[in-house]
Amino acid sequence: MAAVNGHVHTITALVEDRPGVLTRVSGLFRRRGFNISSLAVGASEQPNLSRMTFVVHGDEWVVEQVTKQLYKLVDVVRVNDISHEQVVARELALIKVKASADTRSEIIQIVDIFRAGIVDVAADTVIVEVTGDEEKVDAIMKLLKPFGIREVMRTGRIAMARGAAATGAKPASAPVAAQSAPDTEVVP
Amino acid sequence: MQLTGAQMICESLLREEVDLLFGLPGGAILPFYQTLPQYPKLRHILVRHEQNAGHAADAYSRASGRVGVCVATSGPGATNLVTPLATAMMDSVPMIAITGQVPRAAIGRDAFQETDATGITLPITKHNYLVMSAGDVPRVMKEAFHIARTGRPGPVLIDFPRDVLTEKAEFQYPESVALRGYKPTLEGHGQMIKRAARLIKEARRPVILAGHGVIISGAFAELRELAEKAQIPVITTLLGISAFDEGHVLALGMPGMHGMAYNNWAIDRSDLLIAVGMRFDDRVTGRLSAFAPNARVIHIDIDPAEVGKNVRVTVPIVGDAKRVLHALAREVEQATHVDWIREINELRREHPSDKVRESSKLLPQYVIRELSEVTDGRALLVTGVGQHQMWAAQHYHFKEPNTWLTSGGLGTMGFEVPGAMGAWFARPDKAVWSIAGDGGFQMTMSELATMVEHKVNVKFAILNNNFLGMVRQLQDLFHDRSRVAVEYSGNPDFVMLAQAYGIWATRVTERAQVRKAIEDAMAVDGPALIDFRVEPEENVYPHVPAGESVAEMVEGPTLEGEAAWRR
Ligand SMILES: Cc1ncc(C[n+]2csc(CCOP(=O)(O)OP(=O)(O)O)c2C)c(N)n1
Repeated sequence: MAAVNGHVHTITALVEDRPGVLTRVSGLFRRRGFNISSLAVGASEQPNLSRMTFVVHGDEWVVEQVTKQLYKLVDVVRVNDISHEQVVARELALIKVKASADTRSEIIQIVDIFRAGIVDVAADTVIVEVTGDEEKVDAIMKLLKPFGIREVMRTGRIAMARGAAATGAKPASAPVAAQSAPDTEVVP
Repeated sequence: MQLTGAQMICESLLREEVDLLFGLPGGAILPFYQTLPQYPKLRHILVRHEQNAGHAADAYSRASGRVGVCVATSGPGATNLVTPLATAMMDSVPMIAITGQVPRAAIGRDAFQETDATGITLPITKHNYLVMSAGDVPRVMKEAFHIARTGRPGPVLIDFPRDVLTEKAEFQYPESVALRGYKPTLEGHGQMIKRAARLIKEARRPVILAGHGVIISGAFAELRELAEKAQIPVITTLLGISAFDEGHVLALGMPGMHGMAYNNWAIDRSDLLIAVGMRFDDRVTGRLSAFAPNARVIHIDIDPAEVGKNVRVTVPIVGDAKRVLHALAREVEQATHVDWIREINELRREHPSDKVRESSKLLPQYVIRELSEVTDGRALLVTGVGQHQMWAAQHYHFKEPNTWLTSGGLGTMGFEVPGAMGAWFARPDKAVWSIAGDGGFQMTMSELATMVEHKVNVKFAILNNNFLGMVRQLQDLFHDRSRVAVEYSGNPDFVMLAQAYGIWATRVTERAQVRKAIEDAMAVDGPALIDFRVEPEENVYPHVPAGESVAEMVEGPTLEGEAAWRR
C-alpha cells in the first residue's frame, strides 16, 4: 500500500520525451505553489514517452489541481494519482560513508541487515547502495550517520501498481470540487 | 517542394488563412521579412513597438474570432512580447507569436540579442516551440495554430533560429495533428446535462453568470435560448460583456468588485448559479467563503482545471459552451421566475448603480452614457485598465455580440491604443472607439503614427483626469488619501499631440459639449481623438474592497446629490 500518509500523494505522469518537458512540469509546480518533495523521471516501456513520479503534499483539492494542471500541458499524455492503489514504491540511495579498518565490519553488518550492498571501497570510505521505501532509506542513513556520511544521492520515489494492471491504466479521476479553494489575499 | 524555413512559415500562414501580421523586424528575423515580398497576400503592419504588435494581434483575434499573428526579432524584440503574451494567456485569446532567434550554433553562448524566448514565455503561453530544423516547420506551424485556437484558446510562441529560416527542406503541410497529450473535450456529458436541467427545475432563484467562454465559442443564440426558455436572469462578467444583449429584459450587467450592486446582492440570494465560460475570478467572487452562500453551482467550462478551482461545484460540465448550452436549452423545461425577477428589480431600484447621478460636473460616467446613446450601443469598444474601463463596462449598453475588448485577467494598461488598432483591422465596418485613460494612452500612444499610415478609423475618447485614477481611488479610500505617485502634472496637450500626427482632435470640458464632440469625431473619415477633461476626483462605485464580501460593498454617492453617501 502506497503511503497516503496524511496529505502525501504519489502521482505518476506519462509525458512526451521532448526537450523542455521537465522544465514545463517543474515550472508548473513552482508557479502554482504546489509542494512536491520528490520528482523522478525515466524512460517508460513505450517509445518516446517518459514516466515521472511525484510525491505531492496537500489535500484532495491540491491533488485535483495538480492533476488537472498537468493535463493542460500539451506534452503530458496521462496522469495518475496512485495514492489509493496497491503499489510498490521504491527509491534508490547511494551513501558515501567514512570507513576505517576498525569501523568497516560494523558498517557491513548494518548494510546486511538492510539487505543493502557495498558498491565501492576506498581507503577511508565505502559507498552503500540501498533500495526501499523512504522510511528504509531514512533508517539506514540514521544508523550510518555516526560513522560520518560524506555524500548522499537519492533518486526520489518511483512507484508501480501491483498485479497485472498497468500503472496509469485508468486516468486519474480526482473528485471534482472536493472543496472550495481557500481564501487568499488578492491584489487591491 | 524544397523551401526555406522562412518560405515554409509563409506557406503555412496562408494555409491557416492568415492574411495580416503585426510586427517589427531585426537581424535574427530578417530572413523572414526578406521573404515576405514573395507572399503579397500576407499584409504586414509595421508597428512602433513590439508590445503593440502583440496587443494588436490579440485584439484582432478577439474581434474576428480568427488567429492574430505578431512578429518580432530575437532578444529585445521577443522580450517586448512578454506583456501581450501574458495578456492573451490570461484572457484565453488565440494568437501566434513568431520570433527570430540567434543561429543554432550560437544558442546558449550569450550571443548578440540572444534571449531564451521559450524559457521566458513558458508560463505565459499555452505552448511554445523552439524550432531546431527547417524540416519541423510545417508540423510545428500546424500544431501551433491547432493548439492556439482549439480547447481553451491561448497564445503560442514559435522561436526560429536565423539559420533555420534560411535552411531548405521538403515542404508538405500536414493534414492533421498528432498530439496524444492534447485532446480537448467539446461535448458535455449527457448525464451531467440532465442533472443540470434538474437543478434548474428545482431552483427558485437561478442566475446565469456568462463569461468570455460564451463569446469565444459564439454561443450567443444558445445562451439567449436557455435564458428565455427558463426565464433566468443573465449576469455578464467583465469579459462576458456583449455576450448577451443589454437591452434584453433578462440582462443584468456586470457583477463583482465594481459590478452592479444589485447583481452582487442577487448572487448573494441566489440558490443556483449557472456559470458558463467564466472562472470565478477574485474580482467576481470577493471573499470565497462568503460568495453565493445559498447557491448550488453548475459550472460549464471547456477547461477542466477551472471547474472546482475556486468554487465548490454541484454539477460540473466540461465542454464547449455553445454545444453544452445548446444541449442544456433543449433539456430544461420552460419556466418563469416571476417572483425572483421582481425581487431583482426591487434590488435594482434600491441599488441603482446602473444610473448616472445628476451633476453639473463633467462626469466620466456621463460621457460613456452619451457615447452609448449616440452610437446606439452598437460601437465596438476597446479599453485600457482603470477607472475608465470600469465606467465603460458599467454604463455603455452593448447591443451587439462581441463588441467589447478589454484586458480583464492581466489588467494591462496601454491595451486601449494597439487593441483598438487590431480591432479595427478585424472589423473595419464597425465604429471602433478606444476608451482610454490618460495614463494607459501614454503607455502605447506611439501607435498613433501606425494608425495614420494605415488610415485606421478609430475614435479615441480619453477620459483625462490627470491621474492614475484607479490607484488614486485606492489611496483615497483605503490609505487615508495619501496620494503617492499617482498624479500626472505634466501631461501633454492631447489635442495638439493628435494634431502633430495629423489626427483630428478636440477638447471637451463641459457636459453640453459632449454629444457634439462625439458626433463630430464620428463624422471624421479616419482616426479622431477627444480629450475629455473629466471630473478628476471621481471614484468608481460600487466598490467591494479586495478580498471582502458583498456586505462590505461601498455604494458611493446617491443619485440626487454629491453629499450623501450610502453603505
Ligand atoms: C501596465 C500596468 N501598470 C500598472 C498597472 C496598475 N494600474 C491599474 S489601474 C492604474 C491607473 C490607470 O490610469 P489611467 O490609464 O489614467 O486610467 P484611469 O484609472 O485614470 O481611468 C494603474 C497604474 C496596470 N494595471 N497596468
